[in-house]
Amino acid sequence: MYKYDHYDQAMVDARVEDFRDQTRRRLAGQMTDDQFKPLRLKNGLYLQLHAYMLRIAIPYGTLDSRQLRKLAHIARTYDRGYGHFTTRQNLQFHWIKLEQAPDILAELAEVEMHCIQTSGESIRNISADHYAGAAADEIMDPRPWAEMLRQMTTFHPEFSYLPRKFKICVIAAEEDRAAMRWHDFGLRIVKNPNDDGAGEIGFEVYPGGGMGRTPFIAYKARDFVPQHQIFSYLQAVLRVWNRHARRDNIHKQRMKILVHELGEEEFTRQVEAEFQRILTLKTDFPQAEYDRIAAYFEPPAFESGLPDEIDRSDPDFAVWVDQQVAEHKAPGYAIANISLKKIGGIGGDITAEQMEVVADLAERYSFDELRVAHTQNLVLPHVRKQDLYEIWQTLREAELADANLDLVTDIIACPGLDYCSLANARSIPVAQKIAERFANHERQQDIGELKIKISGCINACGHHHAGHIGILGVDRKGTENYQLLLGGSGDEHTTQAKITGPGFTEDGVVDAVERAVERYREIREPGERFLDTYRRVGMDGFKEAIYG
Amino acid sequence: MKILTGNDLKTGAVIWWDGQGWSLHVEDSADVGDRGEQILAVEDAACRVNGGYVIDAGREADGAVRPAHIKDRIRALGPTVRPDLTLKPADPDAGSWVI
Repeated sequence: MYKYDHYDQAMVDARVEDFRDQTRRRLAGQMTDDQFKPLRLKNGLYLQLHAYMLRIAIPYGTLDSRQLRKLAHIARTYDRGYGHFTTRQNLQFHWIKLEQAPDILAELAEVEMHCIQTSGESIRNISADHYAGAAADEIMDPRPWAEMLRQMTTFHPEFSYLPRKFKICVIAAEEDRAAMRWHDFGLRIVKNPNDDGAGEIGFEVYPGGGMGRTPFIAYKARDFVPQHQIFSYLQAVLRVWNRHARRDNIHKQRMKILVHELGEEEFTRQVEAEFQRILTLKTDFPQAEYDRIAAYFEPPAFESGLPDEIDRSDPDFAVWVDQQVAEHKAPGYAIANISLKKIGGIGGDITAEQMEVVADLAERYSFDELRVAHTQNLVLPHVRKQDLYEIWQTLREAELADANLDLVTDIIACPGLDYCSLANARSIPVAQKIAERFANHERQQDIGELKIKISGCINACGHHHAGHIGILGVDRKGTENYQLLLGGSGDEHTTQAKITGPGFTEDGVVDAVERAVERYREIREPGERFLDTYRRVGMDGFKEAIYG
Repeated sequence: MKILTGNDLKTGAVIWWDGQGWSLHVEDSADVGDRGEQILAVEDAACRVNGGYVIDAGREADGAVRPAHIKDRIRALGPTVRPDLTLKPADPDAGSWVI
């Protein structure tokens, strides 16, 4: 994985000292809140319901054991012993003290981490396929490009005062595991479809996506941009957005709104014209710089001749393998998914002790590497199949061995009104009640793949627009109310979920989910997932069952 | 009644104006009538509160203060999903006050 060079470290260290001085001046009364707020937000420090919240960037969801141990240390020393993984592959601490925030940033800088651009009108943490570098179906590891774009855009003056936040995602497989088309700028690494099989690497480009109160799915603007022109193309997109975007209405400033208002054809036309101009400036990175960064992402030294079989004689282990283990590109290796969705727990939350267990596993069994998935789970990307049993036993002791990946209890939920100052309703209790309702593993397996996603407000941090079943919490005259949505997806066949009808109480929405699931079980055809059945029968096939 | 709340500037802890200073406990809240903004201006300038605002609240039969909106009741108690992290960790029913 990428390692800071002298310049990276100097920049991050300087930023820590800047923030230490800014915090000192704020606490001394030399700055007002209006002056200080944008500065703390630029360092990922929010004020939430119960305390300050620190959002830590985890670029493309990649961590090593040293970093995770540092996060455990911070959780124990400065917070309340746990952290929360987010749908942007980041980690949040919810009980931070302002007076200690500079010390935390300094601790993070020791392990090449920071909170820069995890808030504000900037290019946010760039996300990627959490199986990057391990997936059997990828063309190449997408992370060198995510890192290149991160370096080219961080602190870039043209991108420091964007109209609104801007989210980039990079994947390199046909299967989309990262909700790429729900981003402002989605990239899929492909081989040139028009070079007669020569295999030139480049990007399919998808601008204009995003969730929030006005959801749009990104459209394909280009079948192919040569890889070494991608920064120019990104600049062109940002420049067109910067030129036209409104700055007078926060709800109209995301790029997706401009794309919608100009129309895809006109937006593409302007981007293409700008792209041709920018290409003449030759601002793309040279091959040597790509080679320097790509070298950090060379595959680990996989052993050859390893057994490909897994001893499944322990039935509980076999259940876990079937649900949590994915195919790896190297023979004898596997990708092990770690569920953070324990029944009765809080999705995405992890204690300091559990962080240390996972760090130990990554160091011992996975070439010192682990991943954060946007689904709020963790991944050991490179484990020998022969080690899976020991890994599972350790996870089980740490209460991290739930076998529910992509099942009905693997629910994405934002922190909601239990923590978030923007939320209108609580998300976590709804997720807990649904998980408890479907706790029986045989029932979960019978239902099959079913992705439930819950947001506590219209900002959609819980990705409800992309849920096979989505739930949106709203404030109805001071009372929590929940809208139910069906048919969303963040995969390669991305769709936006639709609202079923009138909303429900907290308990009512749990019952409604169960009725929708039971309806699916009644009418599904062989091999159909919930989403397949919904797509076949439409909302009408479910509405009566949900509302009676 | 009108009460004042905000977050402690240094720690971020939820605080409530008790008529003389800031308390961690909503039950200490004083009715500030129409003087809320005036008090907040002084307290903000003195760097004792961050993000302060005036809210509506009522008094329950036992005299306890209950913020009108669920968001402020959650702020007053703590996250309903982590009773151990609320101000009343020993009371398993404390969360029902929020709802």
